[in-house]
Amino acid sequence: MRKPTWIVKTEKLPIKDPNDVVIARQRVRVWALDLKLSLVDQTKIVTAASELARNTLEHGGGGEMEISEVTDGIRRGVRLAFSDHGPGIPDIKLALSDGYTSKQGMGLGLGGSKRLMNDFTIETEVGKGTLITATRWK
Amino acid sequence: MERIPILRMGNLLLVTIQVDMHDKLALTLQDDLTAKIADLGAKGVLIDISSLEIVDSFIGRTLANIASMARVLDAQTVVVGMQPAVAITLVELGMSLPGIRTALNVESGMEYLQQTTSPDLSEEADVDRED
Ligand SMILES: Nc1ncnc2c1ncn2[C@@H]1O[C@H](COP(=O)(O)OP(=O)(O)OP(=O)(O)O)[C@@H](O)[C@H]1O
Ligand SMILES: [Mg+2]
Repeated sequence: MRKPTWIVKTEKLPIKDPNDVVIARQRVRVWALDLKLSLVDQTKIVTAASELARNTLEHGGGGEMEISEVTDGIRRGVRLAFSDHGPGIPDIKLALSDGYTSKQGMGLGLGGSKRLMNDFTIETEVGKGTLITATRWK
Repeated sequence: MERIPILRMGNLLLVTIQVDMHDKLALTLQDDLTAKIADLGAKGVLIDISSLEIVDSFIGRTLANIASMARVLDAQTVVVGMQPAVAITLVELGMSLPGIRTALNVESGMEYLQQTTSPDLSEEADVDRED
């Protein structure tokens, strides 16, 4: 069973154009530094943010990112939530597999960011949109 | 338009990526480098990424594209200075940077390029000969 998670604080950012992806990376870095994550963990979460933000933009047609500091009562962590009202993901398992891309990417972003984060959930409905939530615990 | 400068040193091209690149800038660099290699007949390309705090799949793909484009134009590419945290993250992301030669720093990258970019064209290259 998953422990309940409390949100300590939150920030929302639009993911509407390529420059927003750059800003998203920079803001996630600030939050990771605030929480004093190790340099490797900072690098992992910022890289995952970059992948997921780009997916929100390119596949989801734009959306937003919510960064939160969360706690389960024992640990603290940074949680990223990417939402869009795009086409949704018809086959999550396929989308997560390395090398699968519906465009001309490398197909590493989704599966790779799952590996880079600790908790990772995909909620999606075809024709409605996608919400990807990923947490890195300290 | 914003561009990443490309320096020329003999038959080598040097690029230092110092900004958090947005995707368009990375693509511009790819185009600029390809054009410069062709125009100048450059034999080697050195890309210093020591200031890059992350390399994601997009930047990784851009580096791989540059290397394969350069190879078609008969030039070698070496990527230098990747931070250890970036290298660890890249592996976990699943990117192996296929076909990209890497070196620890600019000095060893230059050494590699000077060795591999045909010493028979020595009128162009200024290598010290002390023997
Ligand atoms: N937000 C999203 N909305 C709709 N489809 C998505 C979304 N995110 C990912 N996908 C689907 O999942 C596939 C795999 O995503 P992934 O990030 O792994 O690869 P990619 O974006 O195609 O290439 P890369 O990230 O390596 O450049 C995408 O090609 C796309 O079909
Ligand atoms: Mg992607």
